[in-house]
Formats: sequence, C-alpha cells, structure tokens
Amino acid sequence: MASLVGSRVERKEDKRFLTGKGRYTADINLANQTYAVFIRSPHARAKIKKIDTSKALKASGVVDILTGKHIAQDKIGGLIAGWAIRSEDGSEMKCPANPPLANDSVNFVGDPVAVVFAETLDEVKEAANLVDVDYKVLKAVTSLAHTMKSETIHEGIDKNLCYDWLLGDRQKVKEAFDKADRIIKLDIVNNRLIPNAMEPRACVIDYNTASEEITCYTTSQNPHLSRLIMSAFGGVAPENKLRVVAPDVGGGFGSKINLYNEEIVCSWAAKKIERPIKWVAERTESFLTDTHGRDHITHAELAVTNDGKFLGFKNETIANLGAYARVFGTVTPTYLFGPCATGVYVMPAAYSNVKAVYTNTAPVDAYRGAGRPEATYTIERIVDKAAIELGLDPIEIRMKNFPTEFPFKQTLVHQIDSGDYVSGLKKAKQMSDYDGFAARKKDSESKGKLRGIGVTTYFEACGIAPSPVVMMLGCGVGLWESAEVRFNPTGQVTVYTGSHSHGQSHQTTFAQIAADELGVPIENIDIVHGDTDKGTFGMGTYGSRSLAVGGVAIINACKKIVTKGKKIAAKMLEASEEEVEFKDGEFVVAKSNKKKTIGEVAFASYLPGVRDEVKSPLPEGEEPGLIESSFYDPSNFSFPAGSHICEVEIDPETGEVKLDKYTAVDDFGTIVNPLIVEGQVHGGLAQGIGQALYENAQYDETGQLITASYMDYTMPRADNFPEFNIGYTCTKATTNPLGVKGCGEAGTIAATPTVMNAVINALGGKEISLPATAEKVWKACKENKGSNAKAA
Amino acid sequence: MKKFNYHLVKDIKEAKKLSSPNSTFLAGGMTTIPSMKLGLGTYKDIIDIKGIKKLSGIKVSGKILKIGATTKHVEVANSKEVKKSIPSLAALAEGIGDPQVRNKGTIGGSIANNDPAADYPSACIALNASINTSNNRKIDSENFFRGLFETALKKGEIIESIEFEIPLKSNYQKFPNPASRYAIVGVYVSKYKSGTNVAVTGAKSCVYNDKDLSKALSNNFSSSAIDKVKISSSGMSSDIHASGNYRANMVKVFAKKAVEAC
Ligand SMILES: Cc1cc2nc3c(=O)[nH]c(=O)nc-3n(C[C@H](O)[C@H](O)[C@H](O)COP(=O)(O)OP(=O)(O)OC[C@H]3O[C@@H](n4cnc5c(N)ncnc54)[C@H](O)[C@@H]3O)c2cc1C
Repeated sequence: MASLVGSRVERKEDKRFLTGKGRYTADINLANQTYAVFIRSPHARAKIKKIDTSKALKASGVVDILTGKHIAQDKIGGLIAGWAIRSEDGSEMKCPANPPLANDSVNFVGDPVAVVFAETLDEVKEAANLVDVDYKVLKAVTSLAHTMKSETIHEGIDKNLCYDWLLGDRQKVKEAFDKADRIIKLDIVNNRLIPNAMEPRACVIDYNTASEEITCYTTSQNPHLSRLIMSAFGGVAPENKLRVVAPDVGGGFGSKINLYNEEIVCSWAAKKIERPIKWVAERTESFLTDTHGRDHITHAELAVTNDGKFLGFKNETIANLGAYARVFGTVTPTYLFGPCATGVYVMPAAYSNVKAVYTNTAPVDAYRGAGRPEATYTIERIVDKAAIELGLDPIEIRMKNFPTEFPFKQTLVHQIDSGDYVSGLKKAKQMSDYDGFAARKKDSESKGKLRGIGVTTYFEACGIAPSPVVMMLGCGVGLWESAEVRFNPTGQVTVYTGSHSHGQSHQTTFAQIAADELGVPIENIDIVHGDTDKGTFGMGTYGSRSLAVGGVAIINACKKIVTKGKKIAAKMLEASEEEVEFKDGEFVVAKSNKKKTIGEVAFASYLPGVRDEVKSPLPEGEEPGLIESSFYDPSNFSFPAGSHICEVEIDPETGEVKLDKYTAVDDFGTIVNPLIVEGQVHGGLAQGIGQALYENAQYDETGQLITASYMDYTMPRADNFPEFNIGYTCTKATTNPLGVKGCGEAGTIAATPTVMNAVINALGGKEISLPATAEKVWKACKENKGSNAKAA
Repeated sequence: MKKFNYHLVKDIKEAKKLSSPNSTFLAGGMTTIPSMKLGLGTYKDIIDIKGIKKLSGIKVSGKILKIGATTKHVEVANSKEVKKSIPSLAALAEGIGDPQVRNKGTIGGSIANNDPAADYPSACIALNASINTSNNRKIDSENFFRGLFETALKKGEIIESIEFEIPLKSNYQKFPNPASRYAIVGVYVSKYKSGTNVAVTGAKSCVYNDKDLSKALSNNFSSSAIDKVKISSSGMSSDIHASGNYRANMVKVFAKKAVEAC
C-alpha cells in the first residue's frame, strides 16, 4: 500500500464546507432558547456610576438582565493571563482583575457591563437600548509611546507596566558592541491588527436542571482549555458538570484561543435563568472585542563588522497588552518574541528587553505567528538596513551569518535540531529569478514605475511544546497533546484528538497519518475533535503545534494498537509474537505465510470466542477490545525556517504598491499533505502581506476604534496578490517521529518583512512605517524626488 | 432590524400614495438594508419600486442615452447600447463594489443616495445628465447633487430615468479606497463639441464639476494642459485613508489618466 503521507489527498472537510453543510455555533438552536445581547462600554475609560435596568426589564420578552454585581455576588472568577512573566528585577508581573462583566470600571470600548436575555433577537436588541448606564468618563490612555507616563489605568499597577522583562546578557552585548565597526539602529512600529476570523464569535449554552450539567457550544480553538479555565478560574461549574463543544469554527488565527467574557457569563447565566442561551457577535463586536494582534514599538540595534558579520543585537520593545492580560497576552511579546528576534543568524551576543503595558484598548493577544512575526520583522528589517549601510547584497549579508551546523544553539533560548538555511535561500534565489531583477527594474522604470526586491529569512519556534520547559518559563499548564484511537468491531477507526481544527484540515491530515500507521483505508478513519465529552484532553491548536504534537500522539496511540494487535494475531496465527510482522494493515507470519488483517484482529478482540469450543484469540491476561490512547509531550519545540523573496512595483504618481512576484521557500520538515500545506502558506502570506500593505487598527486619542468596520479596516483581497510561487526544502525534525515542523504561521511571519524590504528597496532605502499605504509611499516618493533635485 | 411593512408596488401612483415621512423607497437595497441593520435608518413602510416596469431599461435615441432608475449596475455594465454609446459608463458600472452589489444595486438608488464617494454621480455631472422624476421634473445634474447625501429630490419624489448626453469621447478613472473600494477620488472626463467636463467624486463632501480642469481641457484636450492647473486642497475630505492634500494631488493624477485613456 502506498504511503499517504506526502500525497495531495483532497480534503475530507471540503464536501461539508463547500456545500454549506458546516455546522457552526450559530447554526445551533435549542428548544426554548433565549437570546443574549451584551451592553458594552462606549467609553475607553470610565467609572460605572449606576446601571439602571428598570425600564429594560419591563420591555417585551425580557427574561432577565444581569450585571457585574450579580457576577460578583456569585463569586464568578474573571479572565486570566495563562503565563506568569517575571521582570528583570525578579518581581512578578502585574495583572488587573478582569471580571466577566465590569463591576466598577470599564477599560476599553466594548468592555461588557451587563447582559440582557429575551425571548427573541428583536426583543433583546430593543431592550438593550433601554438599559441606562451612567458613566463618569475618565481620560483614556491610548498612546503606546506615552503609556508609562500617563495616568494609572488599574489601581496598583504603576506606570501601567505589567512587566519589564529581559532575556539575554546586557554585559556581553555591551562588549560585543564595543568591538563593532558599526552600529545599525532602527526604530519601528509593528502595527496593530484585528484578526478578523470569517466566523464571528458565538456561544450557545444548554443547562440541564436535572443533571446540573452545562453544555457550552462555542467558537474556540481549544475547548478543553476553555473548560479548564471556566471551571478552575471562573468557578462556573466543576469540570465534570461542564461540557465545552467547539463544532465547526470558521477561523481563529489566535483570537479564539481565549475564553471570553461572553462564554463565562452565558454559561453562568444559563444555570441562573434555567433556560438555554444563544449569543452571536455582530461584526462590530468582533472588531471591538476579539483580541487584537501585534502593536509594538521597537528600538533595535545591530553591531556589525565592516564585512557584514553580526556581533551583537539589542531589542528594546514596548508591547501593548491592551486593557487586560489575556491567555497568551503576556507570553506573546516575551518568550514567543524575544528569542526569535536574533533571527536565523549566528549572533554572538543579544538581548531582548520588553516592557508590556496596559492601555485603554482591546486586549492584545496571540495573532497568527504570535511574537515571531514581530521578531522576524525587527531582525529582517535591521539586517536589510545593515546591508544598505555596508553596501552589501541582502542575500550576501544573510549567507554570511547563517549557522551551517546543526543542531545549532541559538543565542537566546533555542536548541535548533535541524535546518539548512543556505540551501533554502539558494533555492529561493533561483526560483525568484533574483538575478533577473535588474532587467525587470529597468523595464518598470521605462514605464515610470519603481521596482524593489525584498528578502527575508526566518526561523520560528513552534509546536509549542515541552511541558517542563514551558511551565518553567511561566506557563500555567503543560503543553502536551493526547489522542485515543478506537477500532470499531467491524474494522473502521475513530481517532479522538485533543487538537482542534478551525481551518487546518485535521480531518484529512490526521486521517492520513493514522491510515499509514494502521494500514486502513483513509475512508474508514474518522477524526473526532472539539468536544470535551469525546476524547481525552487537549491544549488546543495554535503555534503550529497540531501535527507536531497532536499528530504524534495519534501515531503513538496507533503504535500501541499495533502492539496489542500483534499479540492477538500471534495467538490467532499460532505463532510467537516475534514471528509476526505488521505491514500494510496485515499481521503476517513469514515462515507459514499465514496472515490476519488488522480488521480481523479488531473483530476478534471484541468477539473473543467461537461456537462449541472454549477458545479465545486473546492471549492470557489480555483485555478484550482494541482501543488505545497516548499522551505526547515532545522533547523540544520544532523549528520551521525559510527564505522568501518578493518584488513590488510602485506607481510614484499615486504611491500604490503592486505586489508583483512572491516566492516562498519553506522547510517544514516532512510534508504530510502538500495541498493543505499550500493552503496554509497562501493564507499566511495573505495575512502577512495584509500587515505590510493594508491592515492597521487605529484608535483615536479618546480610545474610539476608528477602524471598526470593513469600510475602514482594509482586509487584503484576492486581487491584491500575485500567483504565489511556492517551494520547499526539507530537513526533518529530529525530535518527533513524523519529522514534521509546522506550517501554519510561516507565511505570516515571513511576508511582512519581505514586502517591506521590497518597498524600501524600491524607495532607495528610505525608511517607511507599516503599513506601506499609498499615501505614505507617495509622500516618500515625493521626498526622494525633492532630495534628488536638491542633490543635482 | 426594527419591524416594518413591506410593499411591492406596481406603479408610481401606488408608490406615491404609500409614501409618508416614515417611509422609504427600496430599489437594490444595497444602501438601505445595511443602514437599517445598523439601526441608522428605521422606517414604518418600505416601498419596493423594483416592480414598476417603466422604471427599468436602457434606450438610445439620437444623442441621448436613457437609463431607467431601477436598472441594475450589472445591466449597465453588460449593455450593448451603453458599451457602444458611452463605453466609459459601462466600465464605471463594472467597477462598482462587487458582483453581489452590482447584481442588486441600481443607478437610481446610487444617484438618490448621493454618497460622496459613489461613482455614478460623477457620470451624471460629466455627461450633462438630466434626471427625470415622478413630479414631472427634469433636473440638471448640476442642480441635482446638493451636498453630503443630499439631492434636489423632494420627499416622495421618485427618479424615473436618467438621460445622458452621448459625448465624443469620455473616460472614468477611479482610485479606490483599499478598504471599501468606493472612490478615494474618481475623475470623469467627457469631451463634447461644446467643451469638456471634468467631474470629481470622492474628493469632497459632494461630487462637483472642476471648473478649472474643465476649462483647461476645453481649451486644450491633453494631459499636459492639466499640469498647469492648480488644485487646492481646501474643502477636500481628509480621513485615515487619504489626507486632503493627497486627494487634491490625486484629482490631478487621475484626471490625467482619464484624458490619456480617452
Ligand atoms: C459592499 C458595497 C460596496 C459598494 N461599492 C460601491 C462603489 O464602489 N461605488 C458606488 O458608487 N457604490 C457602491 N456601493 C453602493 C451601491 O452602488 C448601491 O447600490 C447604491 O448606493 C444604492 O443603490 P440601491 O439600488 O441599492 O438603492 P437602495 O439601497 O435601495 O436605496 C438607496 C436610497 O435611494 C433611494 N432610492 C432608490 N431608488 C430611488 C428612486 N428611483 N427614486 C428616488 N429614490 C430612490 C432609497 O429610498 C434610499 O434612500 C456599494 C454598496 C455596497 C453594499
């Protein structure tokens, strides 16, 4: 049987998704359900003086209205940060309380203060208009650069500072800088983004008054984790009385990692009002309250020799946490960011210092790539600046500083098990026709256009991973994954995984690896995920970890199945266990050429006997059935890497940037399904390019989000992109049996600096901030023209 | 969305009878329905005029191209008559929104709404259009577009058709807002024996005829004539996508593009 790993198996999920048969949370309707609308703060910072619900309570169809007071009375816990980060001075990070419904103060526009339940959606919207909240409006803190000098938002959190974190050795860096021929300096802003999952957040809650069980259907990337948090921290119900189901989920990109206010409030309230509850966010609520991404200000310095060798690197960053610290909010700008900021290079000395601060804006958390795009942007922009200042080709300077031996101990944290950065960049150079750029530039210039080329090389740490390591670093939970593989008596297989698929196509990829492992046709394998009542446990899908961690748990469970199957087959074939070989779904005894299929063995394991004779296929002491589970905790992160090259053409008259060519060469280790990986790369590139050219979440000084709709927040569209030119190199991960590294975030990580490097190259090295919108580029062109004219 | 009464009317008389201070006409609904969903518009009666046969259709007679008010963008974009008589108008319709919007939205709705960044109003100004209404009025474009979302229409007055004067040549160049794809600026240039019109949308709170550009091009129909025209940024809209100064410059750039494409 041919191996399925490596083949373009069409997605099992396509039929459902492409024919509109997906079942999302908003598709779920329960008998007797009520509808919820949240009353949200229209102010970025205010004290709640009074909430008057009397008029609204009398409105037609209203079932109940609950506020922060009720939440406090019932001692329902708030939202939490999942990682505890320590400051350079050894002090613990400072996090404000974040009750599910604000009790005395609100801290961003959209912060929920009350919830209304009514019989119909129309009625609940009507009634919501009648809730009267009296606020004392305070001055909002919105400027990231000035936050530490502004008024204190949360009592007791001085300078609005959550932590002032350091990774690396300042002294060593100083020594390296003292030896340098040149110091390259760069100030950058990493623009705030709104994840914009296609499906807005939603939850539907069922409460069974007899069993006292709560079922929460929700749009989550990690239902098991949500249950754990809701139970352990929210105190909504004990875990055994709480079931969290994340059915089909239409994209998350990190924004659906968090357990949000609405799920806690509705789960708690369903028990209180003894009615099912349905809440579906409107698009504006998504803009305002989904966790946002990025939002850093960075000053970086790179110490170099005149011939382009890197000696040391400094990264001083202020990271915006928004109003509250959420699940991955505190780790994203530290351990997911700091170590990767030295890039794929041999960097003798480095440090990353990050001050994470609170502002009166929506909470900022992981967004596709989480920390690694910000890190890659920083290093790849400064490396290009170094190349410009030293008069080196951008490829040459990178080649000069690559590690060539693996495992490679990266400067700040990571032991990179495998990689080959030189081959990757060579391949990208060739695929992008790098050498033909000069001719294409001339061609563009003859049409009055500017052309630029941009290069990025990156690595990322993903598969987030070894529990002892992440817990040592401050993570509140271990980051293993689990799987259970069940053979049905009639030979089909159900695989339960703790990973969650919300666009990643696990139903296909996981079935491929199980099919290979068990020798069962892929049609006979079903993947079950997303329900805490089905399957063991999982930490969720983010950080490109599903295959590298969750997938391996499946493999290991399959291996256990084969081990047990072998014992049973040996007895059935009257051979010793050692004589039985398992291949392509068959247990074979070589010397007698007798065999049993794994299906037959499964059947026998469930029906262990025969008529008229007392005879079992099960060896002495073996239990009936063929079900195995596995918990897998990897020994290390995995380290995808790659080289991307793109070309842009700029119309200096309008400043419009046209992305003309884009080449991505990535090393994801083993590729299980090239079709799906391509989709992941395309999506990632779209979001990375979006950050470079279009997307920009903006608040005004009073804390109003001025990009709260698609009229103002620019989502990239298909016609903004060229045909992507995609290639791979492959060095297998040595730390997992599949050799996989993860591919979900690579495009997002690499594309932003690649595009910006190209834009800046076209502008003759002139710095420009993210995103490179037409007006900014137009201004830069004019300024260039002005200074050229002066020079002439 | 608040509850309302929906009326599908068969003729103008019925539509007028139902019209009240709490009603609105519904054509493609591409503006009306989103604004109702957002709670910006609430009505007791929605009077759907798409069933009124005489409001739809495209006809050329002599120098005039006449388009019925409920004619959809997609119909204008694909119409042989329009492509032949005023190809730039078909191209403009093809560039509005997305396929869903073009399959629903109507020329009358666009003009009645007079969004400062809409495309059709510039065509009306540039192509010496007159707007025929149910009050038996024939309103010149120059008098029709009054200001931000404001037109010469009286309450209960329905646009029946728009008559465009077929030019010698014409072209529309749009610089789309990257988010909404409405015009940041859109410049419609049309050349007649009597002179040239340059209509600009997106740049200010209301579409306008840029008299300086029109004059320069009337004297010398070439893009170099535009170089000499000064465009002031005063009165230009300014937002997160484009400052007034940038818009002023883009008016010139897109006017040139339009002339070159004529
Ligand atoms: C996603 C999206 C993108 C868009 N992009 C663009 C774009 O790029 N460029 C652009 O120009 N437009 C754009 N539009 C607007 C679109 O062209 C609308 O179709 C148009 O503005 C309104 O036309 P309608 O037929 O849908 O009118 P409706 O929404 O039905 O009505 C709009 C208003 O006009 C009134 N009205 C309608 N018909 C008449 C009539 N015959 N007489 C009197 N009053 C009337 C209505 O009462 C209402 O007040 C976009 C719309 C959307 C939703």
